[in-house]
Amino acid sequence: MTATAPAATDRAALALKVREHIVRMSTDGGCFLGASLSCADLIVHLYTSVLRLAPGRLADPDRDYCLLSKGHDVPALYGTLAELGYLDPARLANHLKPTDSIYWHPNRKVPGVEFHSGSLGHLLSVSAGIAYDQRMRQSPGRVFVIVGDGELDEGSMWEGLLVASAKRLDNLVVIVDRNAFQANVRTEMLIPLEPLEDKFRAFGCAPVRCDGHDFAALDRAFATLPLEAGKPTVVIADTVRGRGLPSIEARADRWFCNFTHDEVGALLKELHGEARATVQSETLIVR
Amino acid sequence: MSTATPAAQAYPTYADALHALVEADERVLVVTAENRGNIRKLPPILGDRFLDVGICEQTMIGMGAGLALRGRVPVMHALATFLVFRPYEFIRDDLGIPCLPGKLVGAVPGVLSDANGPTHQALEDVALMRGIPNMHVFCPADGEDLALGLPHVVGSPNPTYIRHNERPAPVRHAPFELGRAEVVLEGEDIGILVYGALFTEALEAARLLAAQGRSVRLVNMRMLKPVDADAIEATVRRCGLVVTIEDAFKVGGLHTILAETCLARGVLPRRTLAIAFDERWFTPALLPAVLEVEGLTAPRLAERIAAALA
Repeated sequence: MTATAPAATDRAALALKVREHIVRMSTDGGCFLGASLSCADLIVHLYTSVLRLAPGRLADPDRDYCLLSKGHDVPALYGTLAELGYLDPARLANHLKPTDSIYWHPNRKVPGVEFHSGSLGHLLSVSAGIAYDQRMRQSPGRVFVIVGDGELDEGSMWEGLLVASAKRLDNLVVIVDRNAFQANVRTEMLIPLEPLEDKFRAFGCAPVRCDGHDFAALDRAFATLPLEAGKPTVVIADTVRGRGLPSIEARADRWFCNFTHDEVGALLKELHGEARATVQSETLIVR
Repeated sequence: MSTATPAAQAYPTYADALHALVEADERVLVVTAENRGNIRKLPPILGDRFLDVGICEQTMIGMGAGLALRGRVPVMHALATFLVFRPYEFIRDDLGIPCLPGKLVGAVPGVLSDANGPTHQALEDVALMRGIPNMHVFCPADGEDLALGLPHVVGSPNPTYIRHNERPAPVRHAPFELGRAEVVLEGEDIGILVYGALFTEALEAARLLAAQGRSVRLVNMRMLKPVDADAIEATVRRCGLVVTIEDAFKVGGLHTILAETCLARGVLPRRTLAIAFDERWFTPALLPAVLEVEGLTAPRLAERIAAALA
């Protein structure tokens, strides 16, 4: 945690604004709403309270890095970058327009986006490469990589963990957005992942588990890094798909959403505690 | 044009050439997925600038991309098959899309896999790698060609696939220029376009044909991307028969490049002969036997070319 970590209530207020951005992106083509809402608190927490990073520090070789390996959650990052001054908020209106680089997966042309992703299982090893160079240069910088729990099906994730732990990359922090869903089904119904902490420990990492929507719990999880000297840290953040919108929370069929403008209006009200929205737009299952 | 005198090993080994680049440029790192055959002497010399990730090709490419994001030039090693095919999507996504200068050195490509069998035969590597936007492809004719080209391809800002080949050089090669072929022999009856390990046999076949009174132009392509289209067009315009020789599948390789270049330049060869593997893997054996059984020795190449002229 940095010395300037904002109060939990301030982070919650910021996360609410980020969720508004996400919901606004779920129309006119839509976005991966459910996965974006599950990691919104995590991303806000990282950018406000953990990362040694600021809009003016992107060229600093000793800064921290944050990469999205499950790239389809990028609306949460776009919203955070816009709120924190990395990205002109007006550009969010360019979502899916060919005149900008703001689309369903990250593109590093967007200020603050470190690397593109979209194919699962890639950025753990990219992050390990950054971490290896940081260590070679004796940089204080660290690398945080947000991965999906469904993404843990990919063999390259476990291969990357083997190598990261063999190379003792304790400046690498893997954050699992444990929203319990793959694209279309619950993880435990398809390829069960639990007990996850045991798996990460067996792969040479130091795991910690917390509520990924509770800023006080996140403060505790990230309080001391690395958790164990010589080991990559893994933060398993238990989250809820669609968090913030009770009408669609934890539903297998609300991963990618393309709502009408009226539905978006109702969902924005629901975000602020008003009545549950009734959304009837056809469910889209991608992948 | 090159001088046709033996080079007598007057050039550094691959390991020495690479070591010199690492010494000269702090950005260059040597990375391997537990493939050390061609760089055996480097681990104790390089310290943390040598990184062995174990048998984890996908992780090697991903880490290479991460290193490149930090300003490094990772030179990555594995057998050509494992380097290209297993992590192909990582190469495409993490080096190709961002155009990062990761360098991929594939060991025992093509016929150099000897008796390993089809799992180890990189015959579609050229087609796959040249299909990735931004990717360069360097296929040296022998050890000297490799040593000459290495500083240029490692120094380029593009991701690059290198078909490792340290067969003894049968000629002293001309200086290397990125994207330029080397005209080794000049002639008009036959134009031979060749790259990689079969250069030695192609050169000897050209000499045999010359001894039979044929005038032969021999072009060592060196790079298949960016390709020297001028050298190809000149061969097509000048020579009665254009022959492509490659230890690769016919699809997507040099013969395909010839066809693409002819269409793009609006030229038509009078006759062509494609010497490549067509829809099959080659018979596994030690290299001399592979060349014999697959009709790739110099005398057999000369026979096949003479037959195409008849």
